[in-house]
Amino acid sequence: MPAATALEATTADGALLVLAIVLPVVGILLSFVLGGRYAERIAAFLLPASLCVACIVFVKVWQSETSLSYVVGNWKPPLGITLRADGLSVAMMVAMAIVICLIGVFAHANFGSRAASVETRAPMVFWVMLMAISGAMNMIFLGGDLFTLYVALELLTFAAVPLVCLDGRAETLQAALRYLLFALLGSILYLVGTALLYGSYGTLDIVLMSQRVQIEPATLAAATLMTVGLFAKTALFPLHLWLPPAHAGAPAAASAVLSAVVVKGSFFLIVRLWFDAVPGLLSVAAGQLIGVLGASAIICGNIVALRQKRLKLLIAYSTVAQIGYLFLMFPLAADPLHLQYGDALTGGMLQAISHATAKAAMFMAAGLVYAALGHDQISELGGIARALPMTMFAFGLGGLCLIGLPPTGGFLAKWLLLEATIATAQWWWAIVIIAGGLLTSAYTFIVLSRAMGAPSAPLTLHTAVPKYQEVAALGLALLSVLLGLVAFGPIDVLQVGRPEAPMAWLR
Amino acid sequence: MNATTLFGLCGAALVGIGLYGLITNPEPLRKILAFNLLGSGVFLLFGVIARRGAAAGLGGDPVPQAMVITAIVVAFAATAMAIALVQRLGDETGRASISSDRSETGEEKS
Repeated sequence: MPAATALEATTADGALLVLAIVLPVVGILLSFVLGGRYAERIAAFLLPASLCVACIVFVKVWQSETSLSYVVGNWKPPLGITLRADGLSVAMMVAMAIVICLIGVFAHANFGSRAASVETRAPMVFWVMLMAISGAMNMIFLGGDLFTLYVALELLTFAAVPLVCLDGRAETLQAALRYLLFALLGSILYLVGTALLYGSYGTLDIVLMSQRVQIEPATLAAATLMTVGLFAKTALFPLHLWLPPAHAGAPAAASAVLSAVVVKGSFFLIVRLWFDAVPGLLSVAAGQLIGVLGASAIICGNIVALRQKRLKLLIAYSTVAQIGYLFLMFPLAADPLHLQYGDALTGGMLQAISHATAKAAMFMAAGLVYAALGHDQISELGGIARALPMTMFAFGLGGLCLIGLPPTGGFLAKWLLLEATIATAQWWWAIVIIAGGLLTSAYTFIVLSRAMGAPSAPLTLHTAVPKYQEVAALGLALLSVLLGLVAFGPIDVLQVGRPEAPMAWLR
Repeated sequence: MNATTLFGLCGAALVGIGLYGLITNPEPLRKILAFNLLGSGVFLLFGVIARRGAAAGLGGDPVPQAMVITAIVVAFAATAMAIALVQRLGDETGRASISSDRSETGEEKS
């Protein structure tokens, strides 16, 4: 977040932030006006445009090393709403826009629609919801006050739930309903927290709040309620029960969006809340508690993933585990007196981005395997690596990133977290990180060795898999591998707009 | 005890009842109703906060009032979507339950 002096005015190019949110909304409205048959072509134009806007904002923030902000309608906080783009927002914005665009390329095969054909439900819903997710994510990254973030969170949920039950089968409807009920509980808890914080400080603007916040019971209660609510939406152990059926039951493209993009939205809000809105409130005990939940997610998620018989369920449980890594940054950054504050935060955000690319690639690969074989039983994958080499290569590269082998993004993320465990003398988290990596490698190799084994019967492919779908999956997988190279490049952008010294004065 | 405190306690009670219902009831429709009860409690809390922030000759702080309108719209949309899902699920399976045979144990947490 910018310093207080930068708070009150719209910076040059601030209007780009509005564009990032408005573009997808325009696309949604146009889809309804022109009809669902045009939804895909509108998305094909607007999602890349939205990526361009994100890239421009990224470059501006990176080069000027200051945050961008836009005061909506020139109504200044505490009454008005400010949009802000700091280092965390721009990095996430670009990463998510790239993932969404590649998912769009992949989804053309399943949800493509010609303008001449009759309007069908699933393609229309898919493209509209994809644009809605893109807009809601940008709003989450840019929103500068807690209530705007609440609205963005709800937009994201309402766009994600229909994606779960696109095919309308009973199991997926059940999964969607369960997801929605968890999400509703989460959002109402977040809302209670917002009300309590407004009651205590008379503002919801994140920068103003960080200046006024004090450690007192109402603030602690509010932050706790909001965090638990967001845990439910992020599917952190033990609130992860809705995730595997929802993510495994959806069509491949939808699973990729849900697993790669949507869970990162509520995670980002937790980061915003603890590191920007109420800095210094994260006590050592609270940090350790969040870390224990993250560690349990890593261990339980990975072990349950090992026992899965279906490929998509395995990947969904692996998401549960990888979400755990995101929360290891909290105990590592909980002590504001340590200089490693920045490292753990960078590691956590990098984990979010590399998981997004790797997991989207793996879900796409699983979808292609399912389409080719007509099932995704892991024990009967034999021969598929010969039939779909590019797909299984993408799956393997994604797996390497999740394990954390160099030079992948997952390696860099876990390395930064490990370094932070040593620097803050919290060796117990290092054990969890390493054990998690071993378990991840176990299930990745089980799948790969089955896929490279000989088929029990001659393999007949149900459908031919389009090349561009394989290329989209491989592109994302390569991206997750190359992410490790950002260590030599724009990784410092994550620190733009963060306070120079951690808020030690609050102690 | 003044009126503001009384309303605050009412809100807290509604939140408690709603939360209990949301967690313990296995029926999706009852869960949705419990969510609405919980929501009403939170909206009342916003009203209490608006009342406590009364200043400058106004009977209440308008900001929480503006927020509560948005929150009510969001809760309404959420309820509509949940009901639509329950109805569709009932049409497909003949019974609207979110407990699948495999994960009976997971159900009481949802």
